[in-house]
Amino acid sequence: MIIDSGVKPKNEFPIRVLVAKPGLDGHDRGAKVIARALRDAGMEVIYTGLRQTPEMIVNASIQEDVQCIGLSILSGAHNAIVPRLMALLKERGADDILVVLGGTIPAQDIDFLKQQGVAAIFGPGTPLETTVEFIRAHVKPRGLAA
Amino acid sequence: MSQGATEHVPQDSAPTAEPFRNISAAERQWMDNTLAPTLAKSPERPIGADSGINRNPDGTARFTTISGVPVERLYTPADLPADWEEHPEKYLGAPGQPPYTRGIYATGYRGKLWTMRQFSGFATPEETNRRYKYLLQQGGSGLSVAFDLPTLMGYDSDHANSEGEVGKCGVAIDSLEDMEILFSGIDLEKTTVSMTINSPASVLWAMYLVVAEQQGADWKKISGTLQNDILKEYIAQKEYIYPPAPSMRLVIDTFEFSSLFTPRFNPISISGYHIREAGATALQELAFTIYDGVEYVEWALRRGLDVDDFAPRLSFFFNSHNDFFEEIAKFRASRKIWYRLMTERFHAKQARSQWMRFHTQTAGVSLTAQQPMNNIARVAIQALAAVLGGTQSLHTDSYDEALALPTEEAARIALRTQQILAYESGVAHTVDPLGGSYFVENLTLKMEQGAFAYFDKLDAMGGMVHAIQQGFPQKELAESSYQYARAVEAREKLIVGVNDFVVEETPQEILYIGETVRESQTEKLKRLRARRSQAEVTRTLGALRQAAAHEPQAEKGKISDANTMPYILECVRAYATVGEICEALRDVYGTYEESIWT
Repeated sequence: MIIDSGVKPKNEFPIRVLVAKPGLDGHDRGAKVIARALRDAGMEVIYTGLRQTPEMIVNASIQEDVQCIGLSILSGAHNAIVPRLMALLKERGADDILVVLGGTIPAQDIDFLKQQGVAAIFGPGTPLETTVEFIRAHVKPRGLAA
Repeated sequence: MSQGATEHVPQDSAPTAEPFRNISAAERQWMDNTLAPTLAKSPERPIGADSGINRNPDGTARFTTISGVPVERLYTPADLPADWEEHPEKYLGAPGQPPYTRGIYATGYRGKLWTMRQFSGFATPEETNRRYKYLLQQGGSGLSVAFDLPTLMGYDSDHANSEGEVGKCGVAIDSLEDMEILFSGIDLEKTTVSMTINSPASVLWAMYLVVAEQQGADWKKISGTLQNDILKEYIAQKEYIYPPAPSMRLVIDTFEFSSLFTPRFNPISISGYHIREAGATALQELAFTIYDGVEYVEWALRRGLDVDDFAPRLSFFFNSHNDFFEEIAKFRASRKIWYRLMTERFHAKQARSQWMRFHTQTAGVSLTAQQPMNNIARVAIQALAAVLGGTQSLHTDSYDEALALPTEEAARIALRTQQILAYESGVAHTVDPLGGSYFVENLTLKMEQGAFAYFDKLDAMGGMVHAIQQGFPQKELAESSYQYARAVEAREKLIVGVNDFVVEETPQEILYIGETVRESQTEKLKRLRARRSQAEVTRTLGALRQAAAHEPQAEKGKISDANTMPYILECVRAYATVGEICEALRDVYGTYEESIWT
């Protein structure tokens, strides 16, 4: 029997996620919806706003000490952006950050992007819960030594 | 405001109480004798999960539009104002008569069908030119240019920020040379062309005008539409370069120029499409779009233009989404609202100034990547709504657009869908066939009331530019899109193939655009820069900078001294590039970054 003590377990280390919109595209509906869904799921979310370069995204991720970067790309620029971002993360010793990608990604590009280190690609119509659960299950816990 | 999935509230601020309802004895009798026993025997069941937005507080089923507006079981004369029968002219008018609810033309589509205008553009100008010739050959009646992101943002293909983006979401245009290629072999005096370009609109339009001139076309005869709607960029699509005030000035420059030199060209297409795609409800799309129109008129009047000189060429652009009757009501209401604003607020005298003329595109956001062929049915329903709403021109989306830019086959089916509506279905035979439907008329009136309620709010904020700076429309959209996403997540709103009726699928053939476009455009730019007169480019860009720094003031029948259009035309003739011209304006105006509203 479980007795509810009335004391909620203290979530000392909520998952921290950076939601970023790289490239020239301004269609931010998806990025904003996912940012809010992750926040409602108890995560700490930093949304970068539009037109972030890979350099800006990597800098912000390190400064904000996030465990996950969520990229939203709809324009077809993923094959240029993702490899640069992954290389920068490696260079800065931050390649333990989980990188997930949402948007319109042709099936033929998925293998390439995964080889680059993208952990998951969420296409149109993905339930919000699928993304939330994936991030929960795959981020490296905070507060542990690397 | 944060809400759980089961606590939806109607999102629209349209009055939901029935202001008109005065139930007749006959209707009361029907309720008691026929309806009550039916409900007792088989209660109504919601469409989608029996929770949240689909349940009334008393546990009965609740039905709402895709925008979250409650829909009643039955509509009768009791749902219309008491003086409806007596004063039809107040609500409907006849087709071609104020308040134009039933359409701006007395004969509807019997005199002229809507223009079938398919938006397209991809990769290089050469490839897009081939697609245009194909579309025209297949019976398309107008062209509509999609530009790539670097062009939309005022960067040349060889700019560092353009990496990975060239030719992806549209055609790459860097200079007049590309525009010459884009329209080679297409007679611009005979073909109406719409151009989806906003922040750099005057630059691309100048290129178009010079190509027309080279072909020997008369500027007084060419017709088409420039999107040039910067306000909806700040609200929704976010492809802006300069801050709002100089952006508005550039727009008004095109109004002034077109009223004098290209009388048949629409210098703007005031667009709700992108506002809807970004998550607005039908009412928010309608209200924000029309109020953007109000803002442009206010700025033009401040310039010193006469409303009847430019208002006849203001055109609009709406989205046609899944909720059939709500969309039809939106289109019908838009005409009446614009008529009221143009007469009551702006005292426009010419009938043409009072006409709401609009293009419609089916809702890209409603297309699913899952079972994409299902989109053909969605597009057909949305296109039918647009036609029953009396659109002047129509783009039907291709079924594969949730995956990529359309293949040629998908683009042809989209066009054929319009042709089936126009030539087989019979819906074009009669004017405003849904006029007088209790349901549609009730929805139409509610759209109008809801829109004016938003206008009051926006007026109180000091107009749309101020509202944008406060993040008001942005926050409204973010809220609506999140509520909808939650309703889909909870299966309270169903999407066939996505959250119900799901199957396992294999990826299908799409149009794939690689990185070679950037290389070929960069090569072309290199050759152009070596060939043109650099001195002439420097001189014309310098003159543009000077004009841009001065405040234009209109005089009747004469273009303002500082109007940027003539200067941009000079830059274009010298083969200055889109990036160079926009850079010159960036020097003067700076750039804009929005605060983050989530």
